Amino acid sequence: MFLASTFAHIGKYCLFLGQTCRKPEKWRVFLRNILVEIDKVGVDSMGIVTIISLFVGAVITIQTANNLDNPFIPTYTVGFAARECIILEFSPTIICLVLAGKVGSNISSEIGTMRITEQIDALDIMGINSAGYLAAPKIIAMLVSVPLLVIYSIAIGIYGGYLAGKYTGLVPPDDFIYGIHFSLKPHYIPYSLFKSTIFGFIIASISSYCGYYTHGGALEVGKSSTKAVVISSIVVLMFNLIITELLLS
Amino acid sequence: MIEAKNVVKVFGERTILHGIDAVFETGKTNLIIGKSGSGKTVLLKSLVGLYDIDSGDILYDGRSTKTMDRKQKNSIRQEIGMLFQGSALFDSLTVEENVRFPLDMFTDMSLEERQERANFCLKRVNIINSNHLYPSEISGGMQKRVAIARAIALNPKYLFCDEPNSGLDPVTAAVIDNLISEITKEYGITTIMNTHDMNSVFSIGEKIIFINEGHKAWEGSSDTITNSNCEPLDEFIKTTRNIISKL
Repeated sequence: MFLASTFAHIGKYCLFLGQTCRKPEKWRVFLRNILVEIDKVGVDSMGIVTIISLFVGAVITIQTANNLDNPFIPTYTVGFAARECIILEFSPTIICLVLAGKVGSNISSEIGTMRITEQIDALDIMGINSAGYLAAPKIIAMLVSVPLLVIYSIAIGIYGGYLAGKYTGLVPPDDFIYGIHFSLKPHYIPYSLFKSTIFGFIIASISSYCGYYTHGGALEVGKSSTKAVVISSIVVLMFNLIITELLLS
Repeated sequence: MIEAKNVVKVFGERTILHGIDAVFETGKTNLIIGKSGSGKTVLLKSLVGLYDIDSGDILYDGRSTKTMDRKQKNSIRQEIGMLFQGSALFDSLTVEENVRFPLDMFTDMSLEERQERANFCLKRVNIINSNHLYPSEISGGMQKRVAIARAIALNPKYLFCDEPNSGLDPVTAAVIDNLISEITKEYGITTIMNTHDMNSVFSIGEKIIFINEGHKAWEGSSDTITNSNCEPLDEFIKTTRNIISKL
């Protein structure tokens, strides 16, 4: 029963994606909606990304420094480890999980409310492809914003680590900076951006799907929103494993 | 003119509409009445294309929707205006943007022309100096009037109204009824309105269809409704009158 329902949802989700890919009724309106969504999902998320990245970068540095008590391990290893953690996992995955909570629930509840207040019916009656009109700009906005937020998060996370090392006295600034440059594998950056782009697509499309098929009232909007966050977080973690296995193994 | 021919709608194992035949005339306010749960909203949503019917056909001025592809259906939809029970105005847009929305989407008019048309429609429904307010900042009656303005922005040939005066006080409800009736006459629109408000029935009902348990039980006008010889309809009217007399 659960399996049948899961496959039914996957099929319905694919049809929904097909619907979002149709040509927009008016390109001018579509492009304007993309810019509005970039502002909503990207610019509005910078505050939370800054705070989380700064603090987690600092904590990674302090914890790594405290656990490296072997005198034969050089202190620049702390900078190296912090960089690897932040680029490979923290910024692309954890930030995307945070975005699944913040942006995903917002997308789902916005579209869900439009569904229960018949605003989506109003779009359909006008002959507008409601799925495309509502979901496509959000998906494109996420594809554009998430990689930029991840780059920003990497920079802030490393800076947070630098500040923590400097002001706690655990890692001298020069050693930390040396560690940041040490044994850098350039392909980690496109790997990180690639997977964050996929995560952005997953978050926006699943949240839009959950909102679009909301039935009932205010209670169901809340349930859809929760479902959107839970499902998109699980799918993000699953794809994290798959992409890592495919690209880094 | 809109024709429904033997329209059947089934949800799961429940048949909601059992072969409805009806003709909704141009330039008239056609009412669909019935008790809650009788199937009138399902009929309206089937007529407008929000629900796919299971059998039968719906014809818009002789154009059968049964054989139409998506593109043809969309072009018909641009000839339709709809007024929803809860207004269904877009929360993120102002009053003026809501009315301008269909014009933004389907016309190549300049911004000035679109603004002018939106202002004309708003003025027609007696909304002035509220262009920059959001739907949440205006009253329910005003929301309904803005929704009418949005529905007529593209000069529709067909207007559908789903219980337009529910949740409104009797005075505002009468204003909305009169507005719909006037617009229908003024623009020669085929208006189909779904209601269980007997005030609307007696004041603007030119053609009335009574739906009972998914069947068309009676058809006539406000002049003949009191001598319908249709038992469920007589009971419906009697109950409504009893409620009003108790008030």
